Amino acid sequence: MNAKILEIENLTVSFDGFKALDNLNFSMDVGELRVVIGPNGAGKTTFLDVITGKVKPTAGRVLFKGRTLRAKTRFGEKALPEHQIARLGIGRKFQTPRVYLNLTPRQNLEISYNRHKNVFSTLLKQAVAAERRTVTGLIETIGLTLKADMPAELLSHGEKQWLEIGMLLAQAPDLLLVDEPVAGLTDEETERTGELLLSLAETYSILVIEHDMDFVRQIARQVTVLHEGRCLCEGTMAQVQSNPQVVEVYLGRELSEESEISLAGGQTALLEVGASPDEP
Amino acid sequence: MTTEAAISVRRTDRRRRRVLLELGIVLAIALVLILVMPVLLSGFRLNLLGRFLALAIVALGIDLIWGYTGMLSLGHGIFFALGGYAFAMHLKLQIPPDASIQLPEFMSLYGVTELPWFWKPFYDFNFSVAAVILIPALLAAVLGYLVFRNRIRGVYFAILTQAATIIFFNLFNGQQQLINGTNGLTDFKTLFGAPIGAAQTQFVFYCLTVFLLAGAYALCRWLTSGRFGSVLIAIRDDEGRMRSSGYNPTGFKVLVFAVSAGLAGIAGALFTLQTGIISPRAMDIAFSIEMVIWVAVGGRASLVGAVLGTILVNFGKSFLSEQYPQSWLFFLGGLFLLVVMVLPNGLIGALRSQAGPRLWAILGKRQYVTTYPSLETDPDVQHERQNFRN
Repeated sequence: MNAKILEIENLTVSFDGFKALDNLNFSMDVGELRVVIGPNGAGKTTFLDVITGKVKPTAGRVLFKGRTLRAKTRFGEKALPEHQIARLGIGRKFQTPRVYLNLTPRQNLEISYNRHKNVFSTLLKQAVAAERRTVTGLIETIGLTLKADMPAELLSHGEKQWLEIGMLLAQAPDLLLVDEPVAGLTDEETERTGELLLSLAETYSILVIEHDMDFVRQIARQVTVLHEGRCLCEGTMAQVQSNPQVVEVYLGRELSEESEISLAGGQTALLEVGASPDEP
Repeated sequence: MTTEAAISVRRTDRRRRRVLLELGIVLAIALVLILVMPVLLSGFRLNLLGRFLALAIVALGIDLIWGYTGMLSLGHGIFFALGGYAFAMHLKLQIPPDASIQLPEFMSLYGVTELPWFWKPFYDFNFSVAAVILIPALLAAVLGYLVFRNRIRGVYFAILTQAATIIFFNLFNGQQQLINGTNGLTDFKTLFGAPIGAAQTQFVFYCLTVFLLAGAYALCRWLTSGRFGSVLIAIRDDEGRMRSSGYNPTGFKVLVFAVSAGLAGIAGALFTLQTGIISPRAMDIAFSIEMVIWVAVGGRASLVGAVLGTILVNFGKSFLSEQYPQSWLFFLGGLFLLVVMVLPNGLIGALRSQAGPRLWAILGKRQYVTTYPSLETDPDVQHERQNFRN
């Protein structure tokens, strides 16, 4: 039962010579909830971009459930396009919530739930009752029952975040990639989001990228620290916190940015908070 | 479970009733257009209305690709003209069997002695009708596939379509011998033996236009409602997000672009029948831009708006050009500026957001407040409403 859902081998991504990811190795078990942290510019978002096929790796490879994300064509191998990777079972929640503002939450969920996403079945196959029931159930789960049929642009920021998580679930992926789910949420919303993710972790493999250390502490079991495109260390929250390298990386940043978050155990490590939402 | 089933039944019921209501309204309008308008309008005005209704079909197509799917096409004149030419070629081949030269008359002027090969299939009526729709649709599908697959969109797509318009204009403009170049195809005589210019024949064309417009509306309505419609709007609003939900936008865009071009082809053929001419001028860039303006005035992403905008702008144009032959273009320009600045969502958009609620208020109906539903159910708010009436 120790199959890997995600393996990343010697992955390098360079943009015009700048190495966003540098010979990165990473792996994740089926059913695991993993949190990836790291200072700004550590390559966290690029990391997700490579998995979802948005960015092509310069070197190295990504294995999902033991298979590469590449397809054989007559002209040789090529990387799978994003939508095919998504159909394999990788769902992504973006940093800033990206829901379709002109559609209602119900419509948002319906198009994510749609099992046959090619043109003609989308056009010709009607949504069956079972499907509508599932969508209604999802709306309940994310607490939007009362707002199910109003345009999503009228939702609050937190509700949009939740709607996007709902869309992710509707897609029924095997691996959830969640990019900063609590950015801009109130404390209460953050806690509820944490509970939601924990309950989801019972059925899905989840990879969370996060800045908010309180939140990380709430949900984290295994933590990976990225720094300058490399995996700095990996372990439980306690192990990571006591790792001198990690402390140094964050301390080094603290001197210039003067923002701090106390980590557990009386020890104070310093992390930057309130990361900009459009980190490249 | 039972309540859920009941809710679902009620919802389908309500949906069915709404569809029937809309069908009824469309039919009623069609009947008014066919039965009442000929009494009210002179033959000349009726012919104008028929032309504008034909143009409304292409506006529906533009609304599909631009209003719903977010691809601004400035090249629908190509598809419009192709449809027009396809049918005009059939009309030009209605040569009496006893005529000495079995060729469209312009060809003999240029010394052509044998009918070019690509004219031959247009002897067949069915082929010509199919060509009206399929030639533009196929061209759009091929063009669209190449463009959309490479993720070209936004202003780049608009520029590409405009460039294509220029290419096609020059292509058609230069072919004197084959399709009469600049002059275009005109001077049609008969169709099924009936004289094309006769008032009765023209009335048949008018009725045909009304029916086809209703059909085109139904098609667009079907495409834009339900899940497919949601997908189109989602592609318009955030294509990248769609990809990561497992959708490939290319196929959707190609289909919509092709349907939209097919509609333009139908419009072109009907327009040609009612004006009696199709020339490369239909591929003028200005004309393609005008089409977009009709939709913008009516309200993008609203099918009714597209139709309404087309008819209003065109009647406005013909009225102004009659009254102020010198300066009507300024009026028209001013009108567009006004609409864009005052009614950015077009007439229908403004009607929906402002006039709609006011109308309800006049009718004494309870207004539905579009605040958060939690407010609507909040006992405090309810209490306030009941006791203080806002």
